[in-house]
Amino acid sequence: MSEITAAEQAGFPILSMLMLLPVVTMVALGFMRQGRALRRVALAGAVAVLGLSLLLTAGFQKGIAGFQFAEQVPWVESMGLSYHLAVDGVSVLFVPLTALLVVVVMLSSWTAVRYQPKAYLMAVLAFETAAIGVFIAVDLILFFVFWELMLIPTYVLIKVWGDGPQRGRAAMRYVLSMLFGSAALLAGFILLGVSYRSAPGSGGALSFDLVALMDSPVPLGTQTAVFFLLAFAFALKAPMFPFHAWLPAALLEGPIGMAVFLAGLKMGVFGFVRFVLPLVPEAFAAWSWLVAVLGIAAVLYGALIALVQSDLRRLLAFASVSHVGLAMLGLSSLNAPGLQGALFLIVNLGLVSTAMLLVAGFVQQRVGSSDLAALGGLAQRTPALATFALIACLGAVTLPGTSGFPGEFLVLLGAFRAHGWPAAIAVTTVILAAAYVLVFFEHAFHGRIRSTVVETVTDLRPRETVTASILGIAIVAFGFFPAALLTYSSASVDDLVGRLNPASSVAVGD
Amino acid sequence: MDVTGLAPLLALLAPLLGAAGVVLLRHRTPARELCGVVAGIAQLGLVATMVPAVRDGGTVSFTLSTFLPEASIALRADALGVVLAGTAAVLWVLTTVYAMGYFGTTHDPALTRFYAFFCLTMAATIGVAFSANLITMYLFYEALTVITYPLVTHTGTPEAARGGRRYLAYQLGSGIAFLLPAIVLTYIEAGTFDFVRGGIFGSDAGGALLVIVYVFYLLGIAKAALMPVHSWLPAAMVAPVPVSALLHAVAVVNVGVFCVLRVVLDVFGTDLVARLRLGVLTLVVASATILLASLYALRLDNLKAILAYSTIGQLSYMILGMALLSPGGRTGAVLHLVGHSFSKITLFFAVGSIYAASHRALASELGGIGRQMRWTMAAFAIGALSIVGLPPTVGFIAKYFLFVGAVEAGQWAVLVVLSVSTLLSAAYYLRILRSALFDAPLAVTAGGSGDASGLLRTPIVAESGALVVGPMLVTATVTLLLGVAPGLVLDLVRVSSG
Repeated sequence: MSEITAAEQAGFPILSMLMLLPVVTMVALGFMRQGRALRRVALAGAVAVLGLSLLLTAGFQKGIAGFQFAEQVPWVESMGLSYHLAVDGVSVLFVPLTALLVVVVMLSSWTAVRYQPKAYLMAVLAFETAAIGVFIAVDLILFFVFWELMLIPTYVLIKVWGDGPQRGRAAMRYVLSMLFGSAALLAGFILLGVSYRSAPGSGGALSFDLVALMDSPVPLGTQTAVFFLLAFAFALKAPMFPFHAWLPAALLEGPIGMAVFLAGLKMGVFGFVRFVLPLVPEAFAAWSWLVAVLGIAAVLYGALIALVQSDLRRLLAFASVSHVGLAMLGLSSLNAPGLQGALFLIVNLGLVSTAMLLVAGFVQQRVGSSDLAALGGLAQRTPALATFALIACLGAVTLPGTSGFPGEFLVLLGAFRAHGWPAAIAVTTVILAAAYVLVFFEHAFHGRIRSTVVETVTDLRPRETVTASILGIAIVAFGFFPAALLTYSSASVDDLVGRLNPASSVAVGD
Repeated sequence: MDVTGLAPLLALLAPLLGAAGVVLLRHRTPARELCGVVAGIAQLGLVATMVPAVRDGGTVSFTLSTFLPEASIALRADALGVVLAGTAAVLWVLTTVYAMGYFGTTHDPALTRFYAFFCLTMAATIGVAFSANLITMYLFYEALTVITYPLVTHTGTPEAARGGRRYLAYQLGSGIAFLLPAIVLTYIEAGTFDFVRGGIFGSDAGGALLVIVYVFYLLGIAKAALMPVHSWLPAAMVAPVPVSALLHAVAVVNVGVFCVLRVVLDVFGTDLVARLRLGVLTLVVASATILLASLYALRLDNLKAILAYSTIGQLSYMILGMALLSPGGRTGAVLHLVGHSFSKITLFFAVGSIYAASHRALASELGGIGRQMRWTMAAFAIGALSIVGLPPTVGFIAKYFLFVGAVEAGQWAVLVVLSVSTLLSAAYYLRILRSALFDAPLAVTAGGSGDASGLLRTPIVAESGALVVGPMLVTATVTLLLGVAPGLVLDLVRVSSG
């Protein structure tokens, strides 16, 4: 696997800058006093990261499967560790997505977070650094470091700024669940690094470098062990049914800002595509039936449970489980449409679930609750909010014309090709998704006004309108122009499909 | 000739801009309403510019976005698309004018929503009409469902909410459960999503899978209201009259039939449909729908409900014509698509006019109203004659082609179905006409007609205003005109069904 260095492509270490810019902003905030300027500086930092990440996507060369903008500095050479950052078609889009979500979170919490805003903004920025690091690290141990780093701001954000009474417990539950996964992840990575020693051309040295590992075959026995270790870790993070129990709690108890990251950045699915598929392809292919079964179970389970939720956040948590199942089903189909669809689906989830959570946030700020029982008739008082909510709902329903559709369609195509009827029937259960989201919309926005609070609510304010429009436009635009995203990932996906189907690699991308 | 051009895209954008204009001008009426009219005329003009290109079988294409090497969101106007889009554009303009008369020009925000979504409905209809492949068609087809939902629930009553929910559940449910899988299966079998006249499956294609796919299409395209996926249509009757007019004559049902025609002509191809004996299957379903809907309509008294069931039956005429697979049948199908639109919208306009003037919504209340609302009942009579299929209306010409088509195909049973259903529809339409034109005016008194005091009062019902009567007379005139001079559209109709 070849790679293009950042020096050749950009002339400066763009990925390091992306990763460190939030840290710089954080330090700047640390020296400032509480006040209005605080939010502006934090927002400026977040917007700068977003701008830089858009520069990254603009400079990214589509049609190449290898890594780009690579930076590599030896770290602990005796252990085969290096500070190695790079992006390819799989990861490049998640950087601007993360940056966008951070901007949205900052805008949405402008007035909502009153307690210790400085610490809050610093925690969000810390999370941004770790999250970007996760997406751009191509050294396994470096990835692991970022992966663990995310836990600290996540824990703090849920525990301190959570909305629910049980937030402390939810935060602890999240961290403990993740630590289980982390142990498995580290074990899997070490197993890979050690097995590299016996690979031809390694000269008996350890390596945790993704690029090097991708080119050295791993014996099937090791592959299976690594597959289960990694799959457990990533399934827990995704979360994939049946490892999802932490998500509803965290979404309900945590602040909207953290919920956006937990529901919108599907790092578990990313982990599968980043590490499991290229490093242990034979094991993944052999166990893809299990992934498919769990995926289908998740689609059904998530949708059915979501159907009976009365709180928007819990509803979203289970809808999210359902969508992750769909993405996993796409991966399990081992073909280009399935993989493309899965990636598109999780990018869409970033946009749509963020939009839905914003709706929940807007409603909560106005009415004091995101429980459906208190709502009804909101559209009469807040037409702009209702429009935004409708776009978000339609995206969540994966209706054609929104960014939800291309991903779902490609997964359906891939799954049908790989698994036939059962998978196709499972995918059509997104019809249940249609039911639960639209029922929510109708209850909250249409019908009689049931509470006196709703009588007097105000519509979206200018800042909120800006936030909502960014997401609303993105959701519609990518529904009509999915190629704008798919062309980034197609070469990398074709390469992955070739690795998953070594015998038929000629027919890749048919 | 096949050319690449912006016209299909612009025709799609015109109503979108119209919707934006409606929202921007929400505080300035009637500028708000005129926005829709202007956009409609612009759209009609754009559609008209494409007629020369498509008249001899050509197309005008424009690709919006590609998302698989073989899948794109692409527009392609052909004769069939132009027929649907042109019909929709004309009737959109007229319905907007009618709505101005029907609702009056107030600043009601609900009316802003109404006009804006009216425009969006047209955008989605144009999108379906000019879709170049199954993905694009599905995209706009589902968009149409969602966009029409606020129109169906316009009044906001609990009853409207119930009807709207049923509407949405049927439409989205059938779309996702049947249409989407059918499209994916089509791709897996044929390797393409693009419409090609004569079909996209190989010449040796066949087997049970294709039969299943075809049935999925019929079930998935619920907008065509073939039984058993028809009951959304009566449910949607909770909407105000201009919406019903739009749903039942212009946008939704036409899109449904159009999609079925596309599937038969450009996905399966008439040869394959004949070889798999799917034509006969469709004939049976369509015939059953026609007869059952007509029988059901006989028992109804609510005018809008009668029209709803009449529509279900008439849509199946079109599908039946296509399923005959003979040249006459196909011509009749497309001509009926146009003719039925004008005739049925005339009927809806008339029913709305009666309701607005007298608040009467039942057939049994219409006694003598023909003397009070002469223009309205004249238009109603023309529309009814056309639906029944009597000369000199376009309905007669369409039915003539259907009869010819049935003879060409040797489907004698279809002749019986057509005859029986003509009698049935004559029964329920002529009953209304007779009562309205010849019965004594409905009298209102405390003691009923046998009241000894003889104090019978006839409520005074005045004819509706010009904005209501005008569009109604235009559509009635077109119904007659196409009946007298079908040559105006026949060439285009033949090309689109050939």
